[in-house]
Amino acid sequence: MLSLIGIVIVIVGFVLRMNPLLVVTVAGLATGMASGLGPLEVVAAFGKAFITSRYVAIVWLVLPVIGLLEHAGLKERARAVVAGLRAATASRVLLAYFAIRQITAALGLTSLGGHPQMVRPLIAPMAEGAAENQYGELPQSVRYKIRANAAAVDNIALFFGEDIFIAIGSILLIKGFLDQNGIHVEPTQLAIWAIPTAICAFVIHCARLLLLDRQIRAELARGPRKA
Amino acid sequence: MITLEHIYWLSGLMFAGVAIVNWRDRSNPRRLNNTAFWGIYAITFLAGSRLQDLANGFLVIAMVVVASIRGLGQGKRESATREEREASARRWGNKLFIPALAIPLITVLGTVLFKRIAINGMPVVDLKQVTVISLAIATVVALVTGMIMLRPPLLAPIREARRLLDAVGWAAVLPQMLAALGALFAIAGVGNVVSGLAQRWIPLDNPFVVVATYAVGMAVFTMIMGNAFAAFPVMTAGIGLPLIVQKFGGDPAIMAAIGMLSGFCGTLMTPMAANFNIVPTALLELPDENAVIKVQIPTALMLLGANILLMNFLVFR
Repeated sequence: MLSLIGIVIVIVGFVLRMNPLLVVTVAGLATGMASGLGPLEVVAAFGKAFITSRYVAIVWLVLPVIGLLEHAGLKERARAVVAGLRAATASRVLLAYFAIRQITAALGLTSLGGHPQMVRPLIAPMAEGAAENQYGELPQSVRYKIRANAAAVDNIALFFGEDIFIAIGSILLIKGFLDQNGIHVEPTQLAIWAIPTAICAFVIHCARLLLLDRQIRAELARGPRKA
Repeated sequence: MITLEHIYWLSGLMFAGVAIVNWRDRSNPRRLNNTAFWGIYAITFLAGSRLQDLANGFLVIAMVVVASIRGLGQGKRESATREEREASARRWGNKLFIPALAIPLITVLGTVLFKRIAINGMPVVDLKQVTVISLAIATVVALVTGMIMLRPPLLAPIREARRLLDAVGWAAVLPQMLAALGALFAIAGVGNVVSGLAQRWIPLDNPFVVVATYAVGMAVFTMIMGNAFAAFPVMTAGIGLPLIVQKFGGDPAIMAAIGMLSGFCGTLMTPMAANFNIVPTALLELPDENAVIKVQIPTALMLLGANILLMNFLVFR
């Protein structure tokens, strides 16, 4: 039971809005101590785990080139391209990205997306540009709403597309785990049974995206009265 | 052969550059904090593989202390004004998309091609890490293309990286920190304790209740761990295999596939999955760090309900 202390610390820390880096570090050290490691052993275990997880940070290598292109007007260009499309709305731009992202992820092309590479420089400005095109200058709250939706589309389409591809990490993990327990399944079986959920995800989230344009209109109609 | 270690050196050089630009920026009142934070982070990339575990541990703690005492700051924005960027966008037109779209395309191309190319029987890159290495190579190619095209000052890329990285702040390191926390949870056996609790407290003699417990358990435990991969072995060994498969005769492939996707519903709802949910709020400059999670929660809950029904109908066919 004592080993659950880390979970308690994380929940309390997030609720009290303390610095998450501090919360996670304290939770990690406390969990290690609770499992019987000495103080120096815990610090070493934490250091080792941090170093072996460095691959998570490789994605930041895109920042120099993305920053350079932003400086040269990449976001403005993305907005201008969408402004040329009469039919474009924030909902439709995000729907199109959702479909492309989910289908390519299902084909194993999970790296055709991501927040630093695609959402910040291209997708969010395009969705904002489409809304600007319809309604003119947008209040910050509407911009924030569109951006948060753009980030969510990338996540949801990725999560519920990638499991249809047989060589993705989660399928391999499932197969490995079941093998260890004496149950042998083919990756293709696992991938096929990911399809019903993928279809549900597409239907549910796209229906919500269609409502986004309406929400934006409602928020814009409310706006002047509030000000 | 290009290995992950080389990519770490490249990342270390970038973070070191960011630290130096921060150090020279007198417009940032906390420039020394930023310098220390990114400087130490650079050391973990440049030398982390050769340092003792204990030394690395103290480096990480030093970063956390710097970030949580007085915190990190931001220099004045030194990028172009909106008018300048719009003029530049008109000048370059759609050519601006070439380096940006080259990143995902070259990454995908790399993951496919590197598996087929070998020089003297040796692969060109470490095939176990082919995606990450392809991404790094793609960013270098894109950067070189951008530099040739735009001809900015030589130091512009590192100054721009500094601008974006300072906008993200400490959140850039959070995903890695959470991965480390997950490793410590695994050492301490947190998972077994949780599935033991679930077995003791929930009535598990009805197949639908078992399916619902397994799916909801995957989502909740994923929210705690920030990662469905950590939750899957625990919940499947604790509830899935003994009850759904052995007791009620369910199909293991269907259970496992939909169980993992129930975990992904949890990923959408937790700040612990920082790289998906917290980092984008920083990248998109949203004032509410839970803004992305709030958008995702309705979809995640509806989809979790759909998963429970799907598993209930499909697994016992």
